[in-house]
Amino acid sequence: MAARKLNLKERYSLLTRDLDWEYSYRDKKEIFPYEEFEGIKITDWSKWEDPFRLTMDAYWKYQAEKEKKLYAIFDAFAQNNGQQNVTDARYINAIKVFLTGVSPLEYQAYSGYAHVGRQFSGVGARTACQMQSIDELRHVQTQVHAMSHYNKFFDGFQDFPHMHDRVWYLSVPKSFFDDARSAGPFEFMVAISFSFEYVLTNLLFVPFMSGAAYNGDMATVTFGFSAQSDEARHMTLGLEVIKFLLEQHPDNVPIVQRWIDKWFWRGTRLLAIVAMMMDYMLPNRVMSWKEAWEVYFEEAGGALFKDLARYGIEMPKYAATAIAEKEHISHQVWSIFYNYTHAAAFHTWMPDEKEMDWLSEKYPNSFDKHYRKRFEHWREMERAGERFYNPTLPMLCNTCQIPMGFTEMDDPTLTAYRQSVHKGERYNFCSDGCKDIFDHEPEKYVQSWLPVHQIYQGNCGGADIEKVLSEYYRINMGKDNMDFHGSPDEARWNEWHNLQSAEERLKKAG
Amino acid sequence: MAVAAITPDYTGERLDRVENFHGNIVVYVGWDRHLMFCSPVAFATPPDTTFGKVLDELIPGAFAQHPDFEKIDWDQVSWLLNGEAFTPDRAATLETLGVDHKSIIRLQTPGLEGIGGSHS
Repeated sequence: MAARKLNLKERYSLLTRDLDWEYSYRDKKEIFPYEEFEGIKITDWSKWEDPFRLTMDAYWKYQAEKEKKLYAIFDAFAQNNGQQNVTDARYINAIKVFLTGVSPLEYQAYSGYAHVGRQFSGVGARTACQMQSIDELRHVQTQVHAMSHYNKFFDGFQDFPHMHDRVWYLSVPKSFFDDARSAGPFEFMVAISFSFEYVLTNLLFVPFMSGAAYNGDMATVTFGFSAQSDEARHMTLGLEVIKFLLEQHPDNVPIVQRWIDKWFWRGTRLLAIVAMMMDYMLPNRVMSWKEAWEVYFEEAGGALFKDLARYGIEMPKYAATAIAEKEHISHQVWSIFYNYTHAAAFHTWMPDEKEMDWLSEKYPNSFDKHYRKRFEHWREMERAGERFYNPTLPMLCNTCQIPMGFTEMDDPTLTAYRQSVHKGERYNFCSDGCKDIFDHEPEKYVQSWLPVHQIYQGNCGGADIEKVLSEYYRINMGKDNMDFHGSPDEARWNEWHNLQSAEERLKKAG
Repeated sequence: MAVAAITPDYTGERLDRVENFHGNIVVYVGWDRHLMFCSPVAFATPPDTTFGKVLDELIPGAFAQHPDFEKIDWDQVSWLLNGEAFTPDRAATLETLGVDHKSIIRLQTPGLEGIGGSHS
């Protein structure tokens, strides 16, 4: 008898739900030890609705086709010297931030989903997480391949995994994901699948991908497109997780709400780097961070939380603060990196007159009043040959690990300071959101690996800061770091395009 | 519950306890409304550092690049220690002044409004 061809539904069932079996000689709690300690109550895993119907065989086939197209475009980009056709060499610094700060998070996500994809006793959730895990591994690979071409022509790309583990500002994204992965499996899902992939992901990917498109970076645009259908799946998983947890038991509601509050806040702090990228690092600007925030959080997120209200879920606790920060955050974070560019593996610069005017226009409530004069002063210092670098290591927030560069929202002239005392020791924070996170689980965050404190403890290669930067961080001093003006990146770019550097122009005019 | 953990009574290793700083304490110093310095700064210094040394060495080393710095009238500066007003004496040590590990010292210089009055 010829084998009957299975229909899609049967194939799906056999290749997902049917992969599970009854546990006859071991206790279920022993097999899935992580499922209860967070306090989440699951009464019936069969109520889990698979967020997407994709079987492994279809997945491989589909991804392989995407891969073929992607690598054909990478090849064409390399053969056509695509690196010369971006708008300006300053743009490449956005890509350096992405490779060192974001791509390693894709790897962390791969590892995180592999873990939870083992730990849920519901087979539907396990299958979805395993598939996402493979997606994430693919994303890190395609990103590394896309950007490896730039590594041949620009500084700062060469040691990205090493730097991710050590460099001060990269502890911000690293600790974000370490926090999520070291939480229980349900918190991980609310943190990454829902709060990040569903609520905030558009604020990461849309700015980077449209930024790439606006600035002639076909390699990045293409990996973005190639990841898009995966991201759509990840978002549906995020929404299913939330609905499932909220429908399973009313006791889950306050736990989930607290996780949303926490991970929304951690996510907005993490995205501060995207804010600065959008407003300062794109020679051709797409839209301002403030506009992106309004579209992707205030409108889209607002509608989502209205939907979730029927479960008793409210807007994240510090949403109002985050909304007020849209006027300030990109300028404050650019100031941080401008202060400490001598210790960074990418370049910063002061915006030119036209760019300052754009910022004034996009930020009528804040830029002229609070930032423009500061930036003009820095530009004057640079012209006088005294480019400003902050000579002292910064104070960091114990939760988000960002230098304490954020201000009070009811008085943006004043640094926001928050402090807690736990077991007789002081801990300092940049915001109520970060303090709340610590106060709820101090035994987790007393373990924060704060780069500045680690340097002062002598754990980063000694007391000589130059050595910390060059040997422990592996920053090529004078190449990867310092202002864009005068950098080897700038010199190479000018040579390709027969441009004169600002300095040469001045000399000739004189 | 100090942490949601699978291990009962889980406690974390305190990475920044004072014993790890080889005889120093960490002290943060911030100059209010002078945001050209993007954030307060961190020093590692012995607890017997005098406040005079903080005034003569640490603070100028951190903030002297600011055009307002030379205009500071040090008799008029008001000081905050962990958010509370305090009156430091030059000869006193950080320890006797109550400046302990990971404390924040803030200086306020009314009348100096930062670059172009922008509090930068």
